[in-house]
Amino acid sequence: MESKLIMYEYTDFDEAFLRDRITEFRSQIARRLDGSLTEEEFKPLRLMNGLYLQLHAYMLRVAIPYGTLNSRQMRQLAEIAERFDKGYGHFTTRQNIQFNWPKLSDVPDILTALADVGMHAIQTSGNCIRNVTADHFAGAAADEVEDPRITAEIIRQWSTDHPEFTYLPRKFKVAVTASDTDRAVIRFHDIGLRLRRQDGEIGYEVVIGGGLGRTPMIGKVVREFLPKRDLLAYLEAILRTYNLSGRRDNKFKARIKILVHETGLEDLRTRIEANFVQQKRLLPDLDPVKLAQIEAGFRPPAFADKPVTRTLSPAMRAFADINTAPHKRADHVIVTVSTKAVGSTPGDVTSAQMRVLADIALRYSHDELRISHEQNVVLPHVHRADLPAVYDALRDAGLATANVGLVSDIIACPGMDYCALATARSIPVAQDIARAFADIDAQRDIGPLKIKISGCINACGHHHVGHIGILGLEKSGVESYQITLGGDGTEAAEIGSRAGPGFAHDEIVPAIERLIVAYLDHRLDRSETFLETYRRLGAAPMKAALYGGAHDKAA
Amino acid sequence: MSTVVDKTGFVPDLWQDSPLHTYEELGDASALLLTADMDPELIGPHLEQLSLIVIPFGSSTDGRGFSLARTLREMGFSGHLRARGHILVDQARAAYRCGFDDIEIEDPQAARNPEAQWRSVSQRFDYRNDLLAG
Repeated sequence: MESKLIMYEYTDFDEAFLRDRITEFRSQIARRLDGSLTEEEFKPLRLMNGLYLQLHAYMLRVAIPYGTLNSRQMRQLAEIAERFDKGYGHFTTRQNIQFNWPKLSDVPDILTALADVGMHAIQTSGNCIRNVTADHFAGAAADEVEDPRITAEIIRQWSTDHPEFTYLPRKFKVAVTASDTDRAVIRFHDIGLRLRRQDGEIGYEVVIGGGLGRTPMIGKVVREFLPKRDLLAYLEAILRTYNLSGRRDNKFKARIKILVHETGLEDLRTRIEANFVQQKRLLPDLDPVKLAQIEAGFRPPAFADKPVTRTLSPAMRAFADINTAPHKRADHVIVTVSTKAVGSTPGDVTSAQMRVLADIALRYSHDELRISHEQNVVLPHVHRADLPAVYDALRDAGLATANVGLVSDIIACPGMDYCALATARSIPVAQDIARAFADIDAQRDIGPLKIKISGCINACGHHHVGHIGILGLEKSGVESYQITLGGDGTEAAEIGSRAGPGFAHDEIVPAIERLIVAYLDHRLDRSETFLETYRRLGAAPMKAALYGGAHDKAA
Repeated sequence: MSTVVDKTGFVPDLWQDSPLHTYEELGDASALLLTADMDPELIGPHLEQLSLIVIPFGSSTDGRGFSLARTLREMGFSGHLRARGHILVDQARAAYRCGFDDIEIEDPQAARNPEAQWRSVSQRFDYRNDLLAG
């Protein structure tokens, strides 16, 4: 039977704040329209409320804090997509959802519909502390120290409308994990936090200055171990230092990664630690009642004890092999639902599919859904006995593509099809690669492989951390795609290296195919992944496959 | 000319007879103009003599003044703290919470943003404080 819903529920305070904030934004839109706000003044305010101006229309980015949703919220997203957009939404690499076609005049009504289910678009853009992300397997993973969403929720509350840190030099992203296996990409965030245990005490490893974009950098450890109770004092010290010292003269040099790079970690650490000593003295502890309330919101659900009797059909077994991960309870699994069926746009989910996912979550996953930074949807708590029913329901909705972590499970930014900044198309490239490797058995033979595609140097498709990264640029009026190799967003963080000259739009998919053939030729056996083969042999055989003899001339 | 606004609305400028001094020319004066690029630690030895500190905001997207204000309050400054320049109605809440007593805006902005807009700034919710004990 259904267990009682256990999930962090927004309080009356959150609810009243959201209503207040919508009233405020309505007034800001009105003041923009009556001229008392200039466009220049309005821009940071609308950005703070998640509203972007895109290539064809406004785009509303809705926060999904630490990627966690319940079925009611997912149904409301389906409703909004249908009423105010074109019947679908786009899940992003930051665990958010974007609506690409809202009318400005509808935005306050959309925000009201979101507030009805405890959701909002606050701080999903602008130069503020953005929506906090966390391991999408939080609360279900076998290897976590504690649920990282407790920390993420504390940070959400602390950073919302923060009086001091809402007009920073640039955007600021925080990610939290609680496992040694990093699924939250913490080394590529402005601040990455890893919960860890030291001498029986739980605390944080604190990483700063990571990021992708034009100048990719791997974050550096600024504090090996921070006791849990010092979290906010330390965050305030980092943010204070950044707010006062981060560059404001050039937006491309304004992220904290540049401050770390130009100042040097040691010097910056000295300043942060000095300020931390002050903050620790001045800042009261977290209110114990509040903390208990947050912790209670992330207690594990009441898992069912029931026998697993049904055996799986071959198709189900293939799905289970690829799309499920071990749960902390042996009789449960974590199911990842791929949004990357052949021919689809990575991250796009229709209203009908959202409703199916909501129904499945309510019935079979303790009413919980997660959005992963890989743009997939996660059912975190599925009993093995329910796996056949879940598989059938997903298959009927076109959501049972068994490709998670494989060559066609591609991350792609919206690219020139939607984005005003993009210099090349990315979605069609992802679709063409998926088509080229449509055969699922062939994909399974190729094994784990992360391809990530960005349509400009801002790197929203995270190409720097793709095992194979593709960067679309514009060169004298035509699209040119550069390939990077060996990137890795996990705890073994690496920034991919550029393989050589770019490829034209019609050359890029054949080039990727040659790369993969080269990998298959060179791997020791099926157990050696693309990344492992690349690390063992270096770039030479890959470059030879990409460029053949021509490479010597071109390079 | 300029207009001074605080939580109650537009108010008379009670400090108009206090000439401001930069840090370099402070001497034993009691009113300081602290620019956004200054290290607030330098002010520490002079806090006792100061009754007014004005922090200019060059642009509404430059949030350094908020950190400077809080730093000064944390250092124990209990005199009058004023934000001057391009501060949006929507930033007033943050300014007061960071320790500013009032905000001085140019008259053209005061004309565009009449008193009612400043008075209707919501002060009801403060996540950060709500999360902390005491």
